[in-house]
Amino acid sequence: MSLATIRNNRTAQAALGLLTGIAFGFLLQKAGVTSYDVIIGQLRLTDFTVVKVMLSAVLIGMIGVYVLKSAGIAHIHCRSGSIGSTVIGGLIFGAGFALLGYCPGTAAGAVGTGALDALLGVVGIAIGAGIFARLYPILASTILNRGTFPAETVPELLGARPVVVVAGVAVMILGLFWVMQAFGL
Amino acid sequence: MIEWFTMASWSPYLAGAGIGVLIWTVFVLSDHPLGCSTGFSSTAGMVEAGLSGGKTREMPYYRKFVPCIDWYWVLIIGIVLGAFISSVLSGTFVMVAVPPFFAAAVGPDAAFRFAVALIGGILVGLGARWAGGCTSGHGISGTLQLALSSWVAAVCFFIGGILVAGLLFGFRFP
Repeated sequence: MSLATIRNNRTAQAALGLLTGIAFGFLLQKAGVTSYDVIIGQLRLTDFTVVKVMLSAVLIGMIGVYVLKSAGIAHIHCRSGSIGSTVIGGLIFGAGFALLGYCPGTAAGAVGTGALDALLGVVGIAIGAGIFARLYPILASTILNRGTFPAETVPELLGARPVVVVAGVAVMILGLFWVMQAFGL
Repeated sequence: MIEWFTMASWSPYLAGAGIGVLIWTVFVLSDHPLGCSTGFSSTAGMVEAGLSGGKTREMPYYRKFVPCIDWYWVLIIGIVLGAFISSVLSGTFVMVAVPPFFAAAVGPDAAFRFAVALIGGILVGLGARWAGGCTSGHGISGTLQLALSSWVAAVCFFIGGILVAGLLFGFRFP
């Protein structure tokens, strides 16, 4: 069975989605980030668990995905962004993140650990996504394309080869880990 | 080996690295990033289609992101299951209405916490679709691909989150 067969088989993809979710939920819970207190601790800069989890995932994920890409097994899927979409949407998300204390993935995980407030959170997230779908035509013609970013990827922006940027980001992440350990964060 | 599964928590570095490896498998076997807000968009579209009929599927956004039970939708079900399994194995599963920090800082009223969670959730869902992804789609999957929009989005998630958490609970400078 080739990779293309698996990628195009709807049943296989549904099974993979479920298995990926189980592994992801398991890891999020073990990492501690399905807890409201841990996430709010990150936003109050008193607990750096969320940043450690995210940057570790980025470090390992980035190196692996770029190796797989150079072997021709994986493709890069980047979306372009803009001030009107990425920055404004990101700030709205951030405000909600602080009120809810979970993001979409960790809210689902928190439901699995018995957090009843996260149940209201996931209902809210679906309502918010539905509101965006309703507003989409008007937002698309007014705000979303304002201030389109000059490049899709960081290497493109810097005019550097991806391998150089991968190495630079890896060094930056390891440096941040060192700083967090040195300051006891 | 079994004690790994029953431990209450793992090092955040180790769990994060595990998420990184998991994302390799998604790129290889499914040829797309791991994101969580798409499944919520599908849920919204399917609920709306069920309530108001066929016109929902004609909406421009749902023609772009077709609401259906696909990889992204079952991913969310899987996350609930995975976190449930992990918390039961480690003996930390417990039904809680008001998280300890919220109870101490704001009060133990469950109805108030539920209202705040619902409003926060609406902003999270709106903002995630507005920005084109959430903490997993942009914050992890996008940044690791070196997508410029994802690095900007991740910084904005934390700027907005740190500002609003500071306004709600007081800024605390170490």
